Amino acid sequence: MKVLVMIEGAGADEEAIAPTTEMFEAMGRYNEELVRAGVMLGGEGLLPSARGARVVFEGGTTTVVDGPFAEAKELIAGYWIWEVSSLEEAVEWAKRCPADAGGPRAVLEIRPIATVEDFGDAYTPEVAAQEARLADEIAKQHG
Amino acid sequence: MTDPRRTVEAVWRIESAQLVASLTRLVRDVGLAEELAQDAFVAALEQWPRDGVPDRPGAWLLTTARRRAVDLIRREQNRDVKYQLTAAGVQDAAPADSVVDDPVGDDLLSLVLLTCHPVLPRESRVALTLRLFCGMTTDEIARAFLVPSATVGQRISRAKRTLAEAHVPFEVPQADELPGRLASALEVVYALFTEGHAATSGDDWVRRDLAGEAMRLGRVLTGLLPREPEVHGLVALMELQASRFDARTDATGAPVLLADQDRSRWDRTLVMHGLAALDRATSLGRPLGPYTVQAAIAACHSRAARFEDTDWEAVVALYDALAQLAPSPVVDLNRAVAVLHADGPAAALEAVDALRDDPRLARYHLLGAVRGDVLQRLGRHAEAAEELERAAALAPTPRERRLLTERAAAAAARPAAPPG
Repeated sequence: MKVLVMIEGAGADEEAIAPTTEMFEAMGRYNEELVRAGVMLGGEGLLPSARGARVVFEGGTTTVVDGPFAEAKELIAGYWIWEVSSLEEAVEWAKRCPADAGGPRAVLEIRPIATVEDFGDAYTPEVAAQEARLADEIAKQHG
Repeated sequence: MTDPRRTVEAVWRIESAQLVASLTRLVRDVGLAEELAQDAFVAALEQWPRDGVPDRPGAWLLTTARRRAVDLIRREQNRDVKYQLTAAGVQDAAPADSVVDDPVGDDLLSLVLLTCHPVLPRESRVALTLRLFCGMTTDEIARAFLVPSATVGQRISRAKRTLAEAHVPFEVPQADELPGRLASALEVVYALFTEGHAATSGDDWVRRDLAGEAMRLGRVLTGLLPREPEVHGLVALMELQASRFDARTDATGAPVLLADQDRSRWDRTLVMHGLAALDRATSLGRPLGPYTVQAAIAACHSRAARFEDTDWEAVVALYDALAQLAPSPVVDLNRAVAVLHADGPAAALEAVDALRDDPRLARYHLLGAVRGDVLQRLGRHAEAAEELERAAALAPTPRERRLLTERAAAAAARPAAPPG
């Protein structure tokens, strides 16, 4: 099974904490371990939310909110995609992440990635056809 | 999450290969190493639910297993074990001319090349690798291969005995021996993958997991032997094939041909990963091996947004290369299909007819299926119907037989092509 693993840091400290060389090295070693074990399919780090934006849909109106997302308690700082044999295995790998290092609170959220089978009857042939057209268009844009 | 047994099992999956490898290095006997590792696993099942999972579970398991090794010597005064442990102290230096720079990976590489040793029959290699390297239980392996547990157990114990009797050393082989040993390991990985890949129904999840296990094993091997192009090529091949898993069957479970697959259902992460692995294989600048060439063929399909966008000239050229590297009438038949799309039905018929007298294809239903398709495109419907009927009779599954019979009937219903 594939899982998306998001690392979330304390929102308030987002700008205050610049990653140190030691942190990069520790994370690099961790990633290397994941790759060696054949678990890691991909992953990237994200810039602070000050560089991002949110588009909010509510009650028929659409609002764009520029970062930083001051009200958020936890903000995603990066993600991985792993292939593991079970959620428990993903948890074990997550526990080995050098996220803490005595610093502020960090959370690793693990979410299994859905496959078509998981969607059940809601994924009708019509929806599938629409997705196929979409994939076609995306491919043309990149083609 | 609350089931501590599953947590211990998850740790076992992560740690067992390294554990068995380190212990084999210590006691020089893979069978004994596995027993010691199992004992440590049982101890973990007893202790961790009570005391919590230790910070470094791998180190905990190794320490526990080592302690048991020492106990064993003291208690049983087992001369053989004592001898092995003593010998291990002397022989622990890294083998000369080691092809791997990284001493940590040496044990793992030694282990996988041991469990995949060519002295063992293939099915034993597969079972032993799943057991010792992937940390699967005998029952899990049995379920995945649809054979009784006792059979798998026998295969594994016989394999261990064979390795012991053949005095296969636990070390990374010399450079001149490596290609043969590596080929044997890659064969195991791909056999594992195809076993899982062949599974299609929803009840087959255990079997499909085998394909995931094979990909993982392949990726581990790329880490251990990063300069071997065929390891990357095999990973690319598996990932590109696996990316189409969900698209291979329709809602009723019927197989969907590549031409008709809903490409939006291809797994894009695996496609990207597979293409990157293929790049690594080719960028090593060595002659391409058969796995890499097959991956390159799979990549031609992955890169095409629609079936008709496929670069068929490239596919034909790659099949030519594959036929040189790994001659097989099935490769030639696949090449003929590519010729059909690249150069049209007349050229394809020539290619297919060159295979008609090959006795190895005499009972292969796909030869008739392809020839029937080609004839129909040439407007020779009566011959096409005849060919498809023959193919239907040879089809290995009722579903394929029905499909071919339907195609034969459709061809028979078409009027003959106007002359010229």
